[in-house]
Amino acid sequence: MISCEEAAIICNKEQYKEATFTEKFKLIIHLFFCKTCSKFSKKNSELTSLCDKAHLHALPEKDKVKMKKEINEKI
Amino acid sequence: MTDHQLHPETWVDRYADYLFNYAVTRVSDAEIAKDLVQETFFAGLKSATNYKGTAAERTWLIAILKRKVIDYYRKINSNKGKAEVRMGYSSQMDADGDWLEEQVADPLSILENDDIENEELGLAIQECISKLPKKQSLVFTLKTIQGMDTEDICKELDINPSNLWVMIHRARTALMDCLNKNWF
Repeated sequence: MISCEEAAIICNKEQYKEATFTEKFKLIIHLFFCKTCSKFSKKNSELTSLCDKAHLHALPEKDKVKMKKEINEKI
Repeated sequence: MTDHQLHPETWVDRYADYLFNYAVTRVSDAEIAKDLVQETFFAGLKSATNYKGTAAERTWLIAILKRKVIDYYRKINSNKGKAEVRMGYSSQMDADGDWLEEQVADPLSILENDDIENEELGLAIQECISKLPKKQSLVFTLKTIQGMDTEDICKELDINPSNLWVMIHRARTALMDCLNKNWF
């Protein structure tokens, strides 16, 4: 049996489809017994679908550094 | 009423992604959106003396960005030839049937609302992300929004995978809290 901390980490990995088969199996068993974690898992998937739905965009770090430099020059 | 002050040195960290999201949904081109954000920051610096402190920094910057978006559309439409007005009832002129009736907006459609809601959602998420500690928001953005591989992020930031997952976990928990308060 895995701990809740481990379960949470696997659950996060699962959000990015990076959990291995054994990890997934362990998680499912854990969620079956642990109400707190199954609630967390549900919320976590909700967050993932919200992020997908919002079509988020972000500036690459490279551009931000450049922008920062240019702003600092002008201050 | 509290007076607000400008902190240009923190602008990029705090508002760049927020403004970028706002711009990208309006001009649908990442390069142009990036330039608009850049111009917004410069314009903000230039007119920093006019800032009265009645609006929050971000509101003020968004107001500038709005003008920049309008200016952008004005510029691309001022080219000769594009000024020509083309009128047609339908994009498919040769379509058979009750062509005018087909153009009526579907009153039951909720698609438009979805788009508006999704944009607001995006800005709400972005606001929550900007409240995270710098390192967490960086890891979360790289992983979730830019979809980078775990390995690449670890290499770039010089951390190990379990470190990364802990940070992701903290970021996600904080985001859930924040969105619970601000979105639902």
